[in-house]
Amino acid sequence: MKGHLGFKIERRPVASGRLVFFVSLLAIIAAFVMAGVFFRIYGVSPIHAYQLILRGSLGSRFGLAETVRRMIPLLLCGVGLTIAFRALFWNIGAEGQLLMGAVAAAGIALFSGLPDPLLLPAMFIGGFLGGAAWGLIPAVLKVVLGLNDVITTLMMNYIAIYFVEWLIHGPWKGPTARGFAYSDTFPPAAWLPTIYGTRIHWPTLVLGLVLAIVMYIMVTRTRSGFEVRVIGENPDAARFAGISQLKTTLLVMLISGGFAGLAGVGEIAGIHMRLLGPANISMGYGYTAIIVAWLARRNPLAVIVTSILFAVIMTGGDVIKVSLGLPFQLINVFNGLILFFLIGSEIFLRYKVSFLLRR
Amino acid sequence: MGWEIWIITTISRSLAYGTPLLLGTLGEIYAERSGVLNLGVEGMMIMGAYSAFTTAYITGNPWLGILVAAVVGGAFSLIHAFTSVTLKANQIVSGLSLTMLGIGLSGVFGRGWEGKPLPATIPKITVPGLSKIPFLGPSLFEGQNLIVYLAIFLVPLMWYILYRTRIGITIRSVGESPATADSLGINVNRVRYMCVFIGGVLAGVAGGYLSVIYRPAWTEGMTAGMGWIVIALTIFAFWNPAYGMLGAYLFAALYHLSYRLQPWVSPELLKAMPYAFAILVLIFVSRGTLQKRMGAPAALSLPYTRGED
Amino acid sequence: MDNSKGYAIELRGIVKRFPGVVANDGIDLKVRRGEIHCLLGENGAGKTTLMRVLYGLYRPDEGEIILNGQSVQITSPRIALNHHVGMVHQHFRLVPTLSVEENIVLGLDEGTGPFMNFRKTRKKVSAIANQYGLPVEPQTKIWQLGVGQQQRVEILKALYREVDILIMDEPTSVLTPHEVEQLFATLRTLVDDGLTIIFITHKLDEVMQVSDRVTVLRKGKVVTTFPTTETDKPTLARLMVGREVIFRLEKKRMERRDKILEVNDLYALNERRLPAIRKMSFELFGGEILGVAGVSGNGQHELSEVLTGLRKPTKGKVFLKKKEVTNCSAREMNDLNVAHIPAERMRMGIVPALSIRENLILKKYRCSPFCHREFLDKKEIEENANRAMSNYRIAAPSCETPAKLLSGGNIQKVILARELSENPCLIVAVHPTYGLDIGATEHVRQVLLAQRERGAATLLISEDLEEIMTMSDRILVLFNGEVMGILDAESAGIEEISLMMAGTRHKGEKL
Repeated sequence: MKGHLGFKIERRPVASGRLVFFVSLLAIIAAFVMAGVFFRIYGVSPIHAYQLILRGSLGSRFGLAETVRRMIPLLLCGVGLTIAFRALFWNIGAEGQLLMGAVAAAGIALFSGLPDPLLLPAMFIGGFLGGAAWGLIPAVLKVVLGLNDVITTLMMNYIAIYFVEWLIHGPWKGPTARGFAYSDTFPPAAWLPTIYGTRIHWPTLVLGLVLAIVMYIMVTRTRSGFEVRVIGENPDAARFAGISQLKTTLLVMLISGGFAGLAGVGEIAGIHMRLLGPANISMGYGYTAIIVAWLARRNPLAVIVTSILFAVIMTGGDVIKVSLGLPFQLINVFNGLILFFLIGSEIFLRYKVSFLLRR
Repeated sequence: MGWEIWIITTISRSLAYGTPLLLGTLGEIYAERSGVLNLGVEGMMIMGAYSAFTTAYITGNPWLGILVAAVVGGAFSLIHAFTSVTLKANQIVSGLSLTMLGIGLSGVFGRGWEGKPLPATIPKITVPGLSKIPFLGPSLFEGQNLIVYLAIFLVPLMWYILYRTRIGITIRSVGESPATADSLGINVNRVRYMCVFIGGVLAGVAGGYLSVIYRPAWTEGMTAGMGWIVIALTIFAFWNPAYGMLGAYLFAALYHLSYRLQPWVSPELLKAMPYAFAILVLIFVSRGTLQKRMGAPAALSLPYTRGED
Repeated sequence: MDNSKGYAIELRGIVKRFPGVVANDGIDLKVRRGEIHCLLGENGAGKTTLMRVLYGLYRPDEGEIILNGQSVQITSPRIALNHHVGMVHQHFRLVPTLSVEENIVLGLDEGTGPFMNFRKTRKKVSAIANQYGLPVEPQTKIWQLGVGQQQRVEILKALYREVDILIMDEPTSVLTPHEVEQLFATLRTLVDDGLTIIFITHKLDEVMQVSDRVTVLRKGKVVTTFPTTETDKPTLARLMVGREVIFRLEKKRMERRDKILEVNDLYALNERRLPAIRKMSFELFGGEILGVAGVSGNGQHELSEVLTGLRKPTKGKVFLKKKEVTNCSAREMNDLNVAHIPAERMRMGIVPALSIRENLILKKYRCSPFCHREFLDKKEIEENANRAMSNYRIAAPSCETPAKLLSGGNIQKVILARELSENPCLIVAVHPTYGLDIGATEHVRQVLLAQRERGAATLLISEDLEEIMTMSDRILVLFNGEVMGILDAESAGIEEISLMMAGTRHKGEKL
């Protein structure tokens, strides 16, 4: 009797950590290969391009510094997003929360009249609160009225962007140079210290690393972390257990919005020292952080690693702009491809193919 | 006399700028009505703009450009449909990735196309007779083009299809209750693919319109967030093509007036309006029966698998 | 009416497997044309699965479907409809935001192309509605209709498609007795017109009342098929369950203890903001089980939620051991040691993705010893889990195993372990043995009886009348949200209870 090979596809109940890592790695590699194809079409050798990127972002002192500098907001936003995503709150609004944190910090720096030593701490607190408030609005709308979190956070991004535009073109308008609008420069006491010769505003970096660790501990070892996980996995059971969805959602967005706000403070007080046009404050950090958090599989510690990856890509984009004349938008290609292959690869995590001998 | 010119110009410009918004919104309404949230509209629009411009430049035929834009937008949307409907992946993330990809690819390949003039664009139309009507004549029937009228024509057509035809009932059922539709033999996946495709095609055409007709020119990032406005307008329209038209032209008018109204309202705040209004609309329909009457399709952004009921 | 013209439907050797269970295990079924054929069985016997195979929602792993003498492949509902087989599901397949006529026409290809001729549709719908006595307003939206009316729409949907064979899946579970009578009348009219009806139910009364023949299914197999006139309820019940139905469990006679629960003039609304509980009053004492009998949808769900803090009543008061708890939250009820064994295990009772040990502390994670200040004590949690797993004999590789990998019985054990470990004073158990196999069912019942002996007050809500009658000390019958009567379980008869479930108030004294 002859047998033939058949296969069946069935749901995989649980995906092991190793498999997840392996599949994610594969997805990233696939993304880079695909990007290489685009390079080729454009007329640039992919190998050459990747060499440039790696050398530029990790190989030189300046490049490494730039990479670390870009990692900071990605880290902060990313950690916050892992918490939000764990509670199934799709916070697409990190960009707007970052900007509002920057606005709060700028306001304090320029107008609060606080004594110098208090300025920076106040800016951080204000920035946290500003971002948190911006994130809490969609949170309240979701819990109280059932509004879709994706849409509300997305809309709030644009409201924030135009709010910043309004500020720098209107009430907070400073000297205008060459058609760009920005606010007055902050007083020196509001400038974050940087590592000599670089733009790395290390207090924010340290803050980010510490918060990543703290959040990891929170999720795995604390009551609130447990509540977040339950709500994220099964909201009905959470209700059954008496976990308040309102409180947990608010907590989660307080953290997520607040951390994005902190990122905004860092950018404003560490890099620009004034309030700029929104596209200059955040080059899509809020959106890129979504991929950072996704790739990290919502693990705050893993965000440390994934934020470096995307910082490398961003710095690489700068390098390529200078050496190959390609526009900075290139990094969107990388980001888009990675995200795309990541979600495409999830099918391998959800289903497994098993071969069987059939008669 | 200045007033007359002012009103005519405003209406005329609103029509022109509102057209890509309207096209995009109509497409997104269909996609969302079938239950798929397409956050990739911005990417599809800008790829449409890029491909339309380059095609029109190379071939000298602007219509071909628009056609190519439609195809490109549709192709992109099929990718989104594949990941969202077949792979049942997270639709939000899928859409975002396509937007990033679209912005990135058009930015990269669009290098070197900036500043190039377009030799021929589609002709302006002046409707004889109708253009003589005072006020409405010059504003609506003079100096517009075929795509503008096409967009206007699509509104009643798409409205009728959605609410008065079998296809429309099918689409709406798939978006509200895919399990029900499935149990009646409707191919949920096919309907969703089709609607997402329509959304992509119209988004592509909208982008093409911008680069080949409205400007005409290519600049990196020229859609400037229009895709996101479309998403807001879809909500503002209560997922109804008729209100979509209202919203698109209204917003276009506000946009056009934003510089005029500067002494009274700052232009940035006006630009923020569609987004704020979208949230207000959502709040408005969040109450019970209103949600059923006018709210979002119940299955929006939820992947469907048979047997998981 | 000629019944001998051959079989309308013949199912041969139907096998349908799902992960972990064989839902249909080689089923042979013959249904005559023009008859009302009941499929009788308990929950999980395989009735719905079998009909879904016939309707094309499932593909059988093995077996053949023969319609009117011809073997057919039914791979989708559309094909089923092509063969004139229609189905009215237990959970209606209607789109709430569309109108009646839009729902009726949904998915239909009438050859008029994409355009709709609503006038023609409306006429046809009216004609069918009048013919069978099913009045509807074609343009009303579904969400505006009541349940009975929605079912009418479902039936019209099938009739509009000119079905010969109509499958009805537990159609009376959501109807009032009056609506049930109307439904049965409609079915008889349909059958007089030549339709064949297959009626899935687990209620003996309906079988006796409306069917011509009945097939009993048990655990995926056919037990036997009778003409209804040649059998009776006790026989059917015995065949359905596989053992003598009315047997009394070994229950110790308990002295009534303190009053634990007092419910006074309770009113509450359901999800649709319609009254679900009306002027409900009763008392519950320690050491007793009060069974709540009634057709599903008569307020049981809402009652369980009010008593566990998941729903706020609109009027009335609830007292737990003399303390008013009417508006307490779920968390507060937890803290007052009220146990809740929910009907929907996977949806409410556990968090499937979390581990067993985490599920076990789902309610108590905030207190010591599991939690000191903010931090969870992993060691304590683990020890608790190990203890629970051995006490309740939960079969799993370790306490780290995600709960979703467990079988239904083991999941229920986890829930029991969690809810009952703190010796609750009040236990609200809702359909606790639903979907469980015999062994697991016995275990759950033993546990509940043990709690009773310990002195807990238990409210047992169940659709399984047998379970209610054997487990309870007293029985409360709910109909339309009202208490129809409270009887002593020992002396209560099925007829009496059924009458009350059908709306007749008990004339005797309330216990």
